[in-house]
Amino acid sequence: MTVPPAALISPALSEVTAGVCFLLILLVPLASAGIALINTGLGRSRSAAHSMMASLMAIAVAVLVYFIFGFSWQGLAGGPSHVFVVGGKAWNWIAAQPFFMRGVEFNGSYSSLVALLQLFTVSLAALIPLGAGVDRWRLGAICGSTALLAGLTYPIFTHWIWSDGWLAQLGTNYGLGHGFVDAGGSSSIHVVGGLTALSLAWILGPRRGKYSAEGMPAAVPGHNAVLVILGCLLATVGWCGLNSAGAILFIHAETARCALVTINTILAAASAGLTAAAITQVRFRKPDASLTANGWIGGLVASSAACVFVKPAAAVVIGIIAGALVTFAVEWFEFELKVDDPGGAISVHAIAGIWGILAVGLLARFPIESTFSGNLPGADSGQWLAQFIGIATLIGFVLPLTYGLNWLLNRFYPQRVSIDGERQGMDLHELGADAYPDFVTHADEFMQR
Amino acid sequence: MKAAGFLLLLAGWGLVLATLVLLGSAPARTAFVLAGIGVEIVGMVLVARAHLPVQEDRG
Repeated sequence: MTVPPAALISPALSEVTAGVCFLLILLVPLASAGIALINTGLGRSRSAAHSMMASLMAIAVAVLVYFIFGFSWQGLAGGPSHVFVVGGKAWNWIAAQPFFMRGVEFNGSYSSLVALLQLFTVSLAALIPLGAGVDRWRLGAICGSTALLAGLTYPIFTHWIWSDGWLAQLGTNYGLGHGFVDAGGSSSIHVVGGLTALSLAWILGPRRGKYSAEGMPAAVPGHNAVLVILGCLLATVGWCGLNSAGAILFIHAETARCALVTINTILAAASAGLTAAAITQVRFRKPDASLTANGWIGGLVASSAACVFVKPAAAVVIGIIAGALVTFAVEWFEFELKVDDPGGAISVHAIAGIWGILAVGLLARFPIESTFSGNLPGADSGQWLAQFIGIATLIGFVLPLTYGLNWLLNRFYPQRVSIDGERQGMDLHELGADAYPDFVTHADEFMQR
Repeated sequence: MKAAGFLLLLAGWGLVLATLVLLGSAPARTAFVLAGIGVEIVGMVLVARAHLPVQEDRG
């Protein structure tokens, strides 16, 4: 059954709110820049240019595919959609917006701001799998896989939580809290991206030489810790914009709440980064830069879902747990599951993201005091069960979907580079030029004159 | 093993959805949602084991 647009498709935004929201959205690309730098810094130097180029291409493909048909399947809250009626309850499962973003009023309206934010968030989600595929994932395959993510996986799940889909309606339909709640995208951006990263790490397999014949992993350190830490700093700014804009557009928080959202975001990142540094200091006698950076980003990821619902002290708790989880998860994936994830994308985005979703059920305080369209619909009890159902959907539906799509792509277009290409480095093999040609010039210093 | 793992993932999710539609009481709903997640965890274990690299036998 197709439901036509409701009379009030979207809440009206005041000019001030729309202006603030627009400026916040403009910060979001910094999060993408940060993730791209982190992925590059944690890879080998002979694949650095390829990694940055792949980030640019992934963003381009994600934005275009999402513009053409991704947005039409994600849609807007209250917009046209396809609905099942089961047991007298409406299950809104996919939107029915026109392709090419037709129907969006580009005049500073709510729908235009959502469309703009989504273009940036889908490109952020598209960068996450690159961290797991560093050093061996072909450029053409990256574009193909990104198209599948931006055109199918991301819009379908995002419709369910941000566009009045069935997960968002768990509160009104089944009395489970306020339905599945995620203000800044812990689930839709990060867990979806992280599970795609896991699928690709499985499909691509580990880098050559990563595991010995006995299955012991070799240390392949990232080539540039400076890029990684700079990426963290840039991502923090982007995240403040992302969480604040998400709280305004998807939770209908007043702009006055942005200070709290930003404080929570920073506190979660700081406590997660410190926790990761402390854990590595205790375990390895020195703080590890890459794990600390991963912990920092894990804190940002975990902060997103609950950023507008918790007090600052709770944000610190969220960050501490995220930092510890990421640190141990990176090791667990590498040593126990033999998953080669150079950028730590699975631990940082999927594991910390799942913790962020759970944190809403455990630590959030409802109702939030000020929303410009009244309180969130639903009851105050049962929120944790709604969050669990969201997690079950991510693992039980999104993971098989994204794995299946990438497995099919791999059947028709092998995603992994050839053995020679991997040995030569992705820069020379796929781009024909190194990221750091000076390295060759320096070799002249050792030549006999 | 991989296919069985993915089938269990989908089955666990199906159990969660069926719980929402068929069960009304909060305790039963909670129990079956958690059971569905348990089925998914078993599926994840199978899928992860199927992707472990084959180790060379040096015996």
